[in-house]
Amino acid sequence: MRDRISGTLRLWFSPQRLREEGTTPDYRFSLANERTFLAWIRTSLALVAGGIAVDQFLTGLRWGARTTVAIVLLAGAALCAVRAVNHWVRCERAMRRGEDLPASRFPVLLATGTAAAAVLVIAVVVLGLAGR
Amino acid sequence: MTGGLPAHDGPAGRGQADGTPEPARGTPSEPVCETPPRDPGVQPERTWLAWRRTTLTYAVSVGLAARVAVAEHSATAVAAAALGAVAWAALLLTAQRRRRGLAVRQPAPMDAVQVIGTLASVLVLIVVGGMLL
Repeated sequence: MRDRISGTLRLWFSPQRLREEGTTPDYRFSLANERTFLAWIRTSLALVAGGIAVDQFLTGLRWGARTTVAIVLLAGAALCAVRAVNHWVRCERAMRRGEDLPASRFPVLLATGTAAAAVLVIAVVVLGLAGR
Repeated sequence: MTGGLPAHDGPAGRGQADGTPEPARGTPSEPVCETPPRDPGVQPERTWLAWRRTTLTYAVSVGLAARVAVAEHSATAVAAAALGAVAWAALLLTAQRRRRGLAVRQPAPMDAVQVIGTLASVLVLIVVGGMLL
């Protein structure tokens, strides 16, 4: 387990090591993987923007509630960005080895988290909960 | 991924090879993008546009940070916005570097600079967001 984690971490910082194993896939598959990576990065960036916006624009909220929502969004963004790199490396490696692409529970976690945050913000804004 | 496109690569040469059947290409009179066409899916161009979207999304957050800096005038907010702008410039450089990598016939996957550079600039933006709280 620890070997696997350190091995994956090393791949993050030197993805050229990927070339040591397997065969080079069609470059178009690598480019598609790259676009998926960038889409996840944009998801992360959107969460950052959401965090800043919540803090700036939901001024009707108490400081505590506002900051909590913002921090949760920023933490989610960090998780999303780190996971984007990890998923890119794993997909690239799977393609080189001719294995199945890695399945992941992350999308459902992110969807659930985003939905929960949205419901929270709606409750707070519409119902005026946690107002000043 | 490519919607049932044929698995062969694009035309081997440029120029006279333009006559080969390529269903996804535009009309011949359209200006051709500066990277030579390689396959019917114009994958390198789509990938470059994905980079462009990413840098633009990043700019939105930097703009938000700049708005806070202008509105609040606090030293922290100004420093955060400046940090965000610097990180955005770094991301632009990373994207530009990738663009050169995409402009060859069979682009290699991203290298460490691009992967870690992108991750680092996003993490810096998260720090910027934290500074603005």
